Amino acid sequence: MLLYTFKRLAYIAVILAVMSVLIFWATQVMPGDVAQMIVGQFATDEQIRAVRGRLGLDDPVHVQYLRWAAALLRGDLGVSMMMDRPIGPLIEDAILRSAVLAGVSIVLVAAIGIFLGVYSAVRKGTAADHAVSIGTYFFISVPEFFWAIIVILLFAGYLGWFPATGYAPMSDGFGTWLQHLVLPVATLVSGLVAHVSRLTRSSMIETMQSQYVIAARAKGLPEALVIRRHALRNALVPTITVLAIDVGMLMGGIVVVETVFSYPGLGRLLIFSIEQKDIPMVQAGILTVTAVYAMANLAADLLYAFFNPRIRYGNAVAR
Amino acid sequence: MRWPASLVAGSGTFAVIAACALLGPAIAPFPFDEMNIMARFLPPGATHWFGTDEFGRDVLSRLLFGARLSLLMGLGATLFCLLAGVPLGLAAGYYGGRVDEAIMRLIDLVISVPPILMGILILSMTPPNPWKTAIAVGIIYVPIMVRLTRAVTLEIASEEFVLAARARGERAWYILGAEILPNAWPPIIVESALRITFAIMLGAALSFLGLGVHPPASDWGLMIAEARPFIAEAPWVAIAPGVVLCITVIAVNLIGDGLREILDPRLKRGRG
Repeated sequence: MLLYTFKRLAYIAVILAVMSVLIFWATQVMPGDVAQMIVGQFATDEQIRAVRGRLGLDDPVHVQYLRWAAALLRGDLGVSMMMDRPIGPLIEDAILRSAVLAGVSIVLVAAIGIFLGVYSAVRKGTAADHAVSIGTYFFISVPEFFWAIIVILLFAGYLGWFPATGYAPMSDGFGTWLQHLVLPVATLVSGLVAHVSRLTRSSMIETMQSQYVIAARAKGLPEALVIRRHALRNALVPTITVLAIDVGMLMGGIVVVETVFSYPGLGRLLIFSIEQKDIPMVQAGILTVTAVYAMANLAADLLYAFFNPRIRYGNAVAR
Repeated sequence: MRWPASLVAGSGTFAVIAACALLGPAIAPFPFDEMNIMARFLPPGATHWFGTDEFGRDVLSRLLFGARLSLLMGLGATLFCLLAGVPLGLAAGYYGGRVDEAIMRLIDLVISVPPILMGILILSMTPPNPWKTAIAVGIIYVPIMVRLTRAVTLEIASEEFVLAARARGERAWYILGAEILPNAWPPIIVESALRITFAIMLGAALSFLGLGVHPPASDWGLMIAEARPFIAEAPWVAIAPGVVLCITVIAVNLIGDGLREILDPRLKRGRG
């Protein structure tokens, strides 16, 4: 297990190194001249040349890359061109706020999804089961950005229960902070719950037909205990995998949701810096998201191995 | 063969939407970019069935115009995904060894970036264009297609008729094209239907973020983004494209379910 974790970490490092080259190359071909943008539209040629020289933009690309990568390894993410501030702290703040959004969402997705899945599996074939399955079918088919708009229209506009957009720090009071979190979280959760509940349902139905569940029933255990202690445990193993996949979808969803709700997280920072052509920020942002994504995937795989006794990654590495 | 109900309902709905997309400009009551300042934010009514937007443009006409771009992006992305993914998957599964290793490492690189970010990365480099969005979305889903095709190829490659073809000394491209591929289609087709829905949604999301079509042209995603500032005064401008988008996604999802029922042997055995 330890060896496996170590191998995966080394692999992540390789991926990030390759990605850093790709990202750097990609942002080099982004349209627009950086120096021109810094000094503004009406700058003279000399001013532009001076800025290019100061930033080292006239050096060969590989020299620029090495300079950037060396700074990265020292933990220096560079300076945002638009905000004229070091990128490190900016990303740190944004990541913390995104993490709150993601953390609350994934916990709710797991809780609601597993509950709905078990609920409809136990009531297989009833009206309640059909209602859940039609409901989840519908939720899968609504894109996040449209769902966000519906939610804003309904709960912020029509009912006026929650603020439509924005973010309030914890220092404004817990209630205010929570109010700003409700709609973005609801949007993120709505799409993902369906995956979890559908998978939990089918895996639960399969488990309920297995020998040991029948045996548990035969020895006269109450149904609730059979479900909780015998069936659920095993039925949840595949659910963990789908939760891992959902972490990826969640990160995509966060970019959209943060943009719609003007929630100042990493996703919005990234979209904003792409719009503003803030190249150092784009580079650092994409690399950070990739790193977080890789770590999240690793964590999910380790959790999976932990919960599934049949797979303990020893000598046999999955791929 | 009797079609399952989901396939009938899904393909029927999709056929209507596709017909609207094809005939779009011909059946639209107004030109999609005709502005009329006097008719801003008209609610749905007899003249403008779905109302008008902030420039007084007819929402229905824009919806019909956008249908073409939205569907083309979804279908184009899936087509790209098939064209790139299936050959790579076949090669990885059939040749194994170094070829397999190289292809799978490439795939690992693509999946190491969260889907939407990959799209953003590709699209932010160059000016937006619907075809670029389609390719960007296609690239995102190539890994899934490669893995699926590879798994199916591995399974079929050990069948007797493939071994026989090998023993006859057939060339690799013949075995792949004439022996393996015809038998590998069913799961690939089912997966493609699923990819279309994801591609339509992801394409719309990228457009929504401003990385797809250029105004005044519009697809459904961009229409919703443009309507967002006026959502309180004129909700229909955003809701119309959103609802059509959802109906399209549900239709393709139903087609996918229906195809799976027909094509997936495991499911058929289960039902029989």
